[in-house]
Amino acid sequence: MRVRRLAAWTALPLAVTLGLAACGSGGGSGTGQSDPNAAVRIEIAEPQHLVPTNTNETSGSQVLAALFSPLVDYDEANKPYEVAAESVTSSDNRVWTVKLKDGYTFHNGEKVTADNYLDAWNYGAYAPNGQNSSYFFEKIAGYADLQGDKPAAERLSGLKKVDDLTFTVTLTEPYSEFKTMLGYTAFYPLPKAAFSGPGTLKEGYEQAPIGQGPFRMKGSWQHDAKVEVERYDAFPGEQPKVGGVEFRIYQQPTAAYADVLSDNLDVIKTIPTENLSTAATDLGDRFQQSPASSLQVLAFPTFQKEFSKPEVRKAISMAIDRDEITKSIFKDSQQPARSFVSPVVAGYRENTIGAAGEFDPAKAKSAYEAAGGPKKIELSYNGDGGHKDWIDATCNQLKANLGVECVGTAEPKFADLLTKVKAKQPVGLFRMGWVMDYPSMENYLGPLYSTNGSSNYYGYSNPEFDKLLVEGAKAPNEEAAIAKYQAAEDLLAKDLPVIPLRYGQNNFGHSTKVKNVQMDLFDRIDLLKIEAVS
Amino acid sequence: MFRFVLRRLLQMVLAFFGTTLIVYALMFAGQGDPIQALAGERPVTPAQRAYLTEKFHLDRTGIGGFFYRYLDYLKNLLQGDLGQSLTGRSIGDILAAAWPVTVKLAVIAMAVTILFGVTAGVLAGIRRASLFDNATLVLTLLVLGIPTIVLAPLAQYLLGVRWPIFPPTAGADPDLWALLLPGIVLGSLSLATALRLTRTSVAENLRADYVRTARSKGLVRRRIIGVHVLRNSLIPVITFLGVELGNLMSGAIITEGVFNIPGVGFNLFRGIRTEDGPLVVGIVSVLVVVYLVANLVVDVLYAVLDPRIRYE
Repeated sequence: MRVRRLAAWTALPLAVTLGLAACGSGGGSGTGQSDPNAAVRIEIAEPQHLVPTNTNETSGSQVLAALFSPLVDYDEANKPYEVAAESVTSSDNRVWTVKLKDGYTFHNGEKVTADNYLDAWNYGAYAPNGQNSSYFFEKIAGYADLQGDKPAAERLSGLKKVDDLTFTVTLTEPYSEFKTMLGYTAFYPLPKAAFSGPGTLKEGYEQAPIGQGPFRMKGSWQHDAKVEVERYDAFPGEQPKVGGVEFRIYQQPTAAYADVLSDNLDVIKTIPTENLSTAATDLGDRFQQSPASSLQVLAFPTFQKEFSKPEVRKAISMAIDRDEITKSIFKDSQQPARSFVSPVVAGYRENTIGAAGEFDPAKAKSAYEAAGGPKKIELSYNGDGGHKDWIDATCNQLKANLGVECVGTAEPKFADLLTKVKAKQPVGLFRMGWVMDYPSMENYLGPLYSTNGSSNYYGYSNPEFDKLLVEGAKAPNEEAAIAKYQAAEDLLAKDLPVIPLRYGQNNFGHSTKVKNVQMDLFDRIDLLKIEAVS
Repeated sequence: MFRFVLRRLLQMVLAFFGTTLIVYALMFAGQGDPIQALAGERPVTPAQRAYLTEKFHLDRTGIGGFFYRYLDYLKNLLQGDLGQSLTGRSIGDILAAAWPVTVKLAVIAMAVTILFGVTAGVLAGIRRASLFDNATLVLTLLVLGIPTIVLAPLAQYLLGVRWPIFPPTAGADPDLWALLLPGIVLGSLSLATALRLTRTSVAENLRADYVRTARSKGLVRRRIIGVHVLRNSLIPVITFLGVELGNLMSGAIITEGVFNIPGVGFNLFRGIRTEDGPLVVGIVSVLVVVYLVANLVVDVLYAVLDPRIRYE
C-alpha cells in the first residue's frame, strides 16, 4: 500500500488537471449590493504565532493585519504614509520622532499610548523571549545589550518616551528608510493587558490577541480550524466594508480551491500550481494575479575558482531562457526577472542586468569558452519545494547552449542545502529565494550581498558596494537613498554574484460572494477594501 | 481469560516502550535542522536559534544526546506530559483536538465497510458466479486499483464541486453529512478488501460438512447462513477489520488533507514536514496504543466466534 500511495503522488496533478479540465467557466465578479455587515471567509494556513514580534509568516501576519493598525502603510508608488502615526520625522536619519494619532483604543478599551509601542518593541528585541522577528529591532540603539543568554539590559536604550503620544527612536547608525520599516507586523503596539508583569507576556495572550485595529477577536483562536474577527466600531481610522472575517485554516491549498469553486470559501490566497492552468476558466475574472515580493535566483559560490570570473557567470546567465521556463514550467504563475530587486519596492528598474539577461546561446557559448568556464556544472536545490522541474530544464538549456555537462542535485530540505553552502562544500550553483521584510531596495541588497550580510552565502564582497549601502542609509531623503541603492545595484549587475531568474506572483481567486479583493505588499488580502456581495 | 488479558496488557507495555524508542530514534536520526525547517527559507536569527535549541535540547547530539533526550521525553511522558511542539503548542492539546474528529471519521469508514463490504460479500458468496458476484468483483478490483490520492480529489470534485451533493470540505467541526463523503472514500479501500475476504470465506464454508449436515437435518436456510456459516466466516474478516481500524486512524493523512479535516493524519503530516520530532513521536505513541488495543479486542472476539478457542 505504501508503494502505491507514493506512486500516486505523481499521478495526482494529472488526475486533478484532467478532472478540472472538464469544468465549465465560472461566473463574473459579483456586481450585487455590498453588504456592510456580512462576514467574509479567507483561507490561511495554521499561523505559527499570533504575537506581533513573533509572527513572520503570511498566515499569522494576515490575521494580525485585521487586529492591528500599522504606524505606516504604503501608497500606489510603494512609498510609506502615516496611518496610526500622526508623523514620523527625523532631521539626521538617526533620531526619529514618532507622533501617534489621538483617539486610538485597544479592543479592551485601553487608550493607545507611546508606552504600548515601547513595551512591545522591548519585548520583541529581548533575546531570551525568543521572538522570531527580533532582528527587526537590530537597527535601534541598545539592541546588542539585549542579546545573549543573560543580556546586560532589559530595555532598548534607543527608545524614549516624550509624552503620552510621542516617542523617539535612536538608531545605532543613520538609516534613511526607517519609516518604511514601520509598516511591518513586528512594529505593532501591545496593550498593558497583554503583559502579566514588566516584560513578561501573559500566557495565552496569543490565543485571543487584543489589538488596536479595525477588527477585534470573536472568541479565541481555534487551532487548525479558524480565527474569527468582527468589526471594532470604535476604530477611529478607515472602517472596513465588511462586518467580520473568518480566517479559515487549510493545510492543503487544493482543498481551499475546491471550496472557492463551490462558494464555500470566499478568498484563496495561493491557487495551487496544479489548478493554475484551469483557474482562468474555472473562475473567470475572479482569478487575479499581482506582483509579490519574492525573488528566485541561482547563486554562484564566488569563492570557488571556476566561478570567480564575472564573465563565466554572465555567460551562464545568457544561456538560460528565462521566458521559456517561466511560461512552460510555471504556466506564467511567476514572472521572469532581470533585476536584483522586486517590482513591489520603490526604486525598482526593469532589466538592470542588461545583456546578461538576454537569451543569446551563440554569444553565451563563445564568451563561456573564452573565459574558460568549467566543463561540468552542478545545480543544487532542495527537493521538497517543487524545484526539480525548472532545475532540470535549466540544466538542459545549459547542456544544449554551452556544451557542458550539467546535473541537478537535490538536498532533502533547504536547511540541508544551507548547511553545505555555509561549510563551503562544492555544491555548484545553488537556488535561493528571497522574500522582503519591508519594502525597500536596501532589504534586497544589504542582507544578500553586503560583505557581512546575514544571507550572503556566496562569499561576494565588494567594498565599493558596501560603501554605497552605507551612504544610502545616511542619505538625507528617500530619493537620495534610492539613487545610492540603484548605483549599488548597477555594481551587482556588473559582478553578477547571482542570476536573477523569476519574480513571485500572487495567484489568488475569490468566490461570487465577495468583490474588490486586493493583495497588499506583504502578500496579505487588504481587509479594508474587500466587500461582501449579497 | 483474565490471565490472558493481563498477560497481553503487560506485553503491551513493553511493546509501547519499544516502539516509542524506535520512533524516537528514527526521528532523531532523520532530523536535519528542525529550526531552519520551521522557518522555511527565511534566515533564522541567532537569538531564536539559541532559544529553541535550549528549549528542546537540540544541542544534545550523538548517542549520549539521544539517550538524554529520550529519557527526558519518557520522564515527561510518565507524568502525562507529551511535551510541546516546536511552535510552542502543547502536544496533549493538539491530540485532544485531533482525536475526536479522526475517530468519527474512522467509525464512519468502518460502518461503511461493515455495512456494505460484509453484506455484499455474504451475498456474493451465497450467489457465487452470479451476475451480482461478477459485478462486485469488477467494482472491487476497480476500487483497489485506484489509490486514495486519486479517489479522494476525484470524489471531492465530482460530488462536492460539480454536483454539489456533499460539501467539498468538512472542516474542523463537521456534521455527519460533511464527514460522510470522506468516510466513504476512506472506507472504500477496506470495503473492497472486506468484501473479497467475506465472499471467499462464505463460499468456502457453504461447501463444508457441517453445512450439509445442517441442511440434511432440516434447518431453514436463513438459520444455516445467518448463524452457522456467518459465524465461522467472520473470523478472517474480524482479524482484517481489527488491523484496519488502526490503519483507518493513522492512514487518513491523504483523506484528511484533501477534505481539510484537522485530525490525527493531518497533524502527523505537518509534524513530518516540519521535522517536529516531539509531535510525531507523540502521535505515533498514541497510534501504537490504538493498534495494540484493537489487536487485543480482535483476539478476545475470536473466542466469541469460535468456542473451540480457549485462552489460558
